[in-house]
Amino acid sequence: MMKPFGGNILFLDRSDINTDEIIPAKYLTEVTKQALAPYLLEDLKLDGFDPKGEALKTAQVIVTRENFGCGSSREHAPWALEVNGINLVIAQGFARIFRQNMFNCGMMALELPAADIDALFALSSQGTVSCDLDLPQRTLAVAVDGKPAQTLSFHIEPFDEALVCAGGWVYYANTHY
Amino acid sequence: MGKTIVQKIFDAHHRDEPFVGTRVLNLDVVMCHEITTPVAIADLETRGLDKVFDASKIKAVVDHVTPSKDTKSATQAKILREWAQRQNIDDFFDIGANGVCHALFPEKGFIRPGYTVIMGDSHTCTHGAFGAFAAGVGTTDLEVGILKGVCAFREPKTIRVNINGKLPPMVFAKDVALEVVRQLTGNGATDRVIEYGGSTVDAMTMEERMTLCNMAIEAGGTSGLCMPDATTADYLWPFINGDYDSKEAAIADFAKWWSDPDATYDRVLNIDVSALEPLTTLGYKPDQVHPIREVGDVPINQVYIGSCTNGRISDLREAAAVAKGTRLAPGVRGIVSPATPKIFRQALQEGLLEILMDAGYCITNPTCGACLGMSNGVLAPDEVCAATTNRNFNGRMGKGGMVHLMSPASAVASGIAGRLTDPRSINK
Ligand code: SF4
Repeated sequence: MMKPFGGNILFLDRSDINTDEIIPAKYLTEVTKQALAPYLLEDLKLDGFDPKGEALKTAQVIVTRENFGCGSSREHAPWALEVNGINLVIAQGFARIFRQNMFNCGMMALELPAADIDALFALSSQGTVSCDLDLPQRTLAVAVDGKPAQTLSFHIEPFDEALVCAGGWVYYANTHY
Repeated sequence: MGKTIVQKIFDAHHRDEPFVGTRVLNLDVVMCHEITTPVAIADLETRGLDKVFDASKIKAVVDHVTPSKDTKSATQAKILREWAQRQNIDDFFDIGANGVCHALFPEKGFIRPGYTVIMGDSHTCTHGAFGAFAAGVGTTDLEVGILKGVCAFREPKTIRVNINGKLPPMVFAKDVALEVVRQLTGNGATDRVIEYGGSTVDAMTMEERMTLCNMAIEAGGTSGLCMPDATTADYLWPFINGDYDSKEAAIADFAKWWSDPDATYDRVLNIDVSALEPLTTLGYKPDQVHPIREVGDVPINQVYIGSCTNGRISDLREAAAVAKGTRLAPGVRGIVSPATPKIFRQALQEGLLEILMDAGYCITNPTCGACLGMSNGVLAPDEVCAATTNRNFNGRMGKGGMVHLMSPASAVASGIAGRLTDPRSINK
């Protein structure tokens, strides 16, 4: 049931990226997740970012700053990430509803301290950065151009881990309540 | 040790504590609209779980794009409509009876003190005005709520915001809401509940409290709450007069939810509003708040009055009072969207719509519409809107558009001058 967590990192060097930027409201009339795929991050305001560029196309992981996913409750935001092959977002902080939506979908919203986030951003200029998350070991192995660069440890709330392992909240709730 | 109102509500709705720090709560109300619910319905069907935990506790409305604007939005409305029918959900509101969820559901008396409420909509915090724990959730939480009547939350921490002082003329609950967001910042209340109190809040009407609680999410808050009191009882009386012998009895009962004097808070913020000015936002974040007086020359293309923040009757009265005998500046469009049919009818009877139409405004049916850039007033690139809504995100009301948040009085004043304008400077 558990999704794989890791791969090439897309760096979004900005705080407060909201769910309207992740997937604009005009696409919320879609009733399938797959239909959202072309529109991910279409309205993101970030210098140098191209929503149609290679960096997004080849990414499986996003690394960003504070308050990622603020604003609307739309779960279309995690879905738009998921259908683009991105199951792991690493940030200094998340908006509550977005974070919960990620775990509810069996995806991973990983919070790291500012120093770790800074370290990851520092690597971004040195080549193609990728990572591999080991949930039981609580480690994130980071590589630059395929060569090991750093290993970070992380914390996850036990309930959030249970949701990830169950593949989401619907399965968990339906077996428990 | 004393408890906060939210701790008391959590205890009264306790279902499970699967892990330390996580509480699964029984829900009193699960609210649905056509944007976030259809995917939940489809997923339940796929899983062979197409049922609801209690049809009487589910409320549904088509409100975001109504009347439907295209095949896709019509399909969303159809999915919700057919589901409500199939599941015998009596409280379903469709064309002719529909309005913005966070204005409509309180008006129907669905929200009571001490309730737990979820909706697949971030501004569900609005309902905290009644002393309820009301939280916006995503589609999966909504789906589980529909199926099982439960939702999981982290153990609540509370920020107490004491608001004191008499609001100066032309300064309104919206300005207070913006000031709170400015001080807390966009994520200052993340994983926290905001508890509003103080003499200003005590003196507020339910409508004003809803405006205040509506923007708790703009500071990242899980919910925003006011203590349920005589004002709450007055508002709810038509719906609860069978449950209590007298209003006094209702008020006394509501008091059981009040935070204890020795409750523990994560943070306490004190705000004196006696010198507060009409405020607006500059930029794409709701916490970028400034006095309108200081923003310089900012021409606008559109005025939008409506939404779950400021589309209620008191907001339309406030707008009409400023608009009376004036005209929109040449080249400025004005749109008014009364939030519910009841509000629309009342505004019609009071002559407010006529005043606004005389001033050049277009009146739309109740809907979210332009608030989230889906219909009824979407901006063109580089256009600027003075809006009574709650979000100024990039592209929120239309790709490339700019939104400035403010009170209805400030929005109308800006329409008269054709640029962001402090309503105190309008001489009629
Ligand atoms: S009026 Fe705007 S903010 Fe309120 S529920 Fe509708 S779209 Fe959301």
